[in-house]
Parts: sequence; structure tokens; C-alpha cells
Amino acid sequence: MIELKNVDVTVADFNLQQINLSVAKGMYVVILGPTGAGKTVLLESIAGLHTIRAGEVLLDGRDVTNIVPEERGVSIVYQDYTLFPHLTVRENIIFGLKVRHLPQPKIIEELKWICGIFEVEHLLNRLPATLSGGERQRVALARALITKPEILLLDEPLSALDTESREEMHAQLKDTHQKLNITTLHVTHDFEEAMSLADSIVVINQGKIAQVGKPSEIFYHPSSNFVAHFTMARNIFKGKIIGQVGQEKVFKTDGLEFFASSDKHTAQYAVIRAEMVQLTTEKPVAIANSFRGTVKSIVDKGANILVTMDCPPLFECLLPRQQFEKMPLNIGNQVYVSFQPSSVHLI
Amino acid sequence: MQVIRKIIRTASSFWGRHRLLAVFSVLSLLIVLFVLVPLFKIVFLSNKTALWQALQDTTVLKSILLTLFAALITTVVGFLLGVPLAFILARHNFPLKGVLEGLIDLPIVVPHTAAGIALLFVFGRNYLLGKWFNSIGIQFVDSLAGIIIGMLFVSVPFLINAAKDGFRKVDVRLENVARTLGASPWQAFRRVTFPLARRSILTGTLMMWARGISEFGAVIILTYFPMVTSILIYQRFESYGLTQAIPVAALLVIICAIIFIGFRLFLQREKKLD
Repeated sequence: MIELKNVDVTVADFNLQQINLSVAKGMYVVILGPTGAGKTVLLESIAGLHTIRAGEVLLDGRDVTNIVPEERGVSIVYQDYTLFPHLTVRENIIFGLKVRHLPQPKIIEELKWICGIFEVEHLLNRLPATLSGGERQRVALARALITKPEILLLDEPLSALDTESREEMHAQLKDTHQKLNITTLHVTHDFEEAMSLADSIVVINQGKIAQVGKPSEIFYHPSSNFVAHFTMARNIFKGKIIGQVGQEKVFKTDGLEFFASSDKHTAQYAVIRAEMVQLTTEKPVAIANSFRGTVKSIVDKGANILVTMDCPPLFECLLPRQQFEKMPLNIGNQVYVSFQPSSVHLI
Repeated sequence: MQVIRKIIRTASSFWGRHRLLAVFSVLSLLIVLFVLVPLFKIVFLSNKTALWQALQDTTVLKSILLTLFAALITTVVGFLLGVPLAFILARHNFPLKGVLEGLIDLPIVVPHTAAGIALLFVFGRNYLLGKWFNSIGIQFVDSLAGIIIGMLFVSVPFLINAAKDGFRKVDVRLENVARTLGASPWQAFRRVTFPLARRSILTGTLMMWARGISEFGAVIILTYFPMVTSILIYQRFESYGLTQAIPVAALLVIICAIIFIGFRLFLQREKKLD
């Protein structure tokens, strides 16, 4: 279990401010944020690699705020795996046992155990420079976990990989977590990666925590304009609530009013995820919010098609390829944009 | 005609494609000749009998051994004190660090005779450290210790700078990983940082030793006797003229060439192993 209480850290001219965080034992938590948000500094602070200016860090209830990294039981794996280039795979993996002066038979036993999990026996005599990306990651994980840490920190472990190896590594991480049930903190700037791995997501921006929640909460109920942007909601409108009809609020933005299911009484932003917006050639009957607009642009995203509509304002709609192909759309066409009031999230 | 035209065409296309390489090669050749010709001359000017005689001259041999030995001790001292400084400079920031880094280069810049005089004012019998060392029986004038501090002063910047660059090239995150795996700062340094910076440090060590062997200005101020080889060459030249100085100089050049070329080859082999 990891607990951070009002933690402030300053590294060079970067500040982490008032970080409060609690990660239960065995959880897989993803720290999500843009480049320069302080994600890596946060991980390194938990590992004890930076001096904490204020606040405290507790690991399994033990105050480690002023404990050196080697006595914390926290392992870190960096983006490019940072294997020791002058040591063989075997020496890399047993590094943590050697510096602790474990007896040789014990080292051999642990090495055998970790090799069984990560399938690296055949690599033991190789140097890191000769390994593939996937092999490096397995070796790095083996090296980090052979010491049986209580916490595993992963700093952008998938970022440096091509799409194919990414999926492989992704599965490897999930599998490792299931096998060892180790509390894991995984840093990334990739929203989809966070969605698919995390029990819980911590969104961080400019050295501060922006939102903490389950992936679906972050996805459908972003707590701020920033989180909505970062999770690619795409349709974020500034405006205000101007009234109520039955259970639903009326939200007014530039040139447009629509219904939103919300128990809020005031709001600054309305967020409608692009994939929740429908496009139809005929005006739909059963949907409260529907507006006529002109197709402004069509961008092929592979599995999905991003269509920008001018109502005004501009709406972005993410159509599944199948649906798009059934419905010939061209720039300049007039079609209907519609979305359910329940798809509108007010901030 | 056809053949000539073809040759011209090949030449002009070669010139077109490799102009930079061609110009740089010519310039490189000039500087290589400038360095090598005098060295070869000094070796081949001295006839074999004179060289043989110099080899049997105990004054010459003693002086060469003294020079190599003093430079070696200097390098060991420089290593023990300079590598820690290099590590601090590479890993930590503190006020006036830039100034300190500039000051460290100063011994390379100042005339070495001036360096010798400066050292005399600190390590001379009547001054500060000189008095203290004198009380424990070490004197820096006309002694091995004098040669060593003269060499140390002018050669240690080479090691500090090389080691600093070496440490800087080692990814801090490798140290971080080592620490989280249970290594103390000492273990991380010994098992990760130092081995990875080793080649730079070795090169710096070699440069320092070489600079020590060739030092003249700072040493002559502090210690005329016992005589290091550079001073012996000068003394022979002053007292007996060129013919007496050349064999000694040639001998030193040959010995140094063997040592340093050997060392370079060793480093290259290491690089291949990496």
C-alpha cells in the first residue's frame, strides 16, 4: 500500500505540489498526464530518489519519507529499460541479490524462479545490447522483481515500442501483475494504455493531481476541462445552465441550446464524447438533442472516421468504419447531429 | 581520347561527391606530417651508437626511470583526488560550479614556470604547507616530492576533465535503478557508474601520466636535482650542445611511443569487447 500525504517535491525548477494519493495493496494504478506533468518525478519520489520538501510517504503504513531508496522495497523500471550495458543478462537480473550479499545457492534458486516467470533462461549469457525490445523489457522486469519488492514502478514502459510489441508487452504487464499481485504504479501519457490496464487512474497536470478515479469515471465524468481534453472527449463547450425541463437541464453555449441529464445547478462546460454523437441523414425522432449541420471535414482514423460538423458550433463525431461506409458522407452535405442528454457531462 | 575523357569524368565526379573529404584529407595530412616528421627526425638523427651509449649511461637511465616513476605516483595521487572531484562536478550542482570548473583548467593555461613559482610559495620550506610537511619530513624542493607536485599541478586537469565527461555520459537512471535494487551509493558507484565511465577515466589517466612525463617548466623551478629527463635533455643541450641532447631525447620519445601506442591499442581492444 502506498500513501502520499501533502507531498511537495522540487527538482531543478519543477515542483510537485500537494500530492495526496492512496494506492491499495495489489492494485494496478496508472498515472496519466502530458509530457512535463511531473509523472516521472512522482515515481522517483516514491522510490526515494528525490528529497521530499514537505509531507510524508508511507509504504504499507511505514513512514519512508527519509528512508534511502535501497531500504524501501520499491523497484523502478524505466521507459528504455536501463539495463546495465556492461553486465550480462544474468548479472543484470541478480544485481539486486548480489548487492545484498545473498548466498550463492539462494541467488541461483531465485534466478531459476524469476526465469520461470519471464522466460529469459536462454538470454542469460547475452549482453543487453544484443536483445530485442521485448526481451529487454522481460529482463528489466525480472531484474526489478527478483528482489521481491512490495511496489513496482513503471515509467512509460510501453512508449518506446512499435505497435506489435506494445500489445505483447501490454499482455506481459497484465500477466505479471496477475501472477505476482504486486502493487503497481504505471506512468503513461497514453490514455488508451491507461484505460486498458488500470484499476484506477490518477490524472496529473503541471505538478498537481487533476483527478483520481476508475477508468470509466475519468472517461465519462472528467472533473475538469483539462481532463476532458486529455481523454480526447473532443466536444467541450463553454457555457452555462439556463433552465430546467423536467429532470433535465438546459445548457446554453454559443448559438446552441441542448438538454443535459445532470443534477448540477451550475456548470461552466458541457462535454460530449465524440463517439457518443450520432450522424443521420434524417432527423431522428427519439433523441432530444438533434441539430442540422454541414460536413466540414472527414478524417480517416483507421477503425473509426472522424467527421467534423458545423452546426454551429463545431461538433466532432467518431463513426465506426462500418457505419460510415453504409452512409455516404461528403464535405458540404447537410446531415443531423444528435446525442442523448445522458451523454452530456457537465463540469 | 575516350579514355582520357573517362578519367576526367571519373575524377570530376569523384571531386563532386567527395569534395569535403578531399579537402579535409589534405589538411589532415599537413598536421600529421607536422607532428610526425620532427619525432621521426629526432629518433633517426641520433645514430645507433649514440643511442646505445645513452642506453648504457646510468645518468640517463636513472633519469628516465625517475621520470616514469614520478609521473606514475603523480597519476595515482591525481586519480585518488581527481576522480571524486570529477564525479561531484558531473552529478551535482552548486554555487560557483562554473567558476570552479574554469579554475581547474587554469594550470593548463598558465606558463608552467609561473605554476612552479606559485607552488614554491605554498610548498617552499618557509611557507604554509611546506612548513607543515617539513615537520613530518617531506620536502618539496630538490626532491621526488617536488617533482610530483610540479607534475600533479599541471597534469591533473586532464584527468579531472576526462573523468567528468565520462561520468556525465553515464545515465543517472542507471544509478537510480541500482539504488532501488538495494545498492548503497558506494555500491552503485563501484558496480555501475565507475565501470561505465572507466574508459574515459583510463584515457584521462593516460593523458595525465603523459603530461607528467613531459613536464619541464614547473618541475625545474622546484627540483633541478634529481633530474627528470626533460631537464636532463635541457642540461645536456646547454652544457654540451645538440649532439649530447639528441640521443637522450630520442630514447624518451621511443619509450613513450611504445607505452602510449600500446595503451591505445589496449583501449581499442576494450572498445571492441564492449
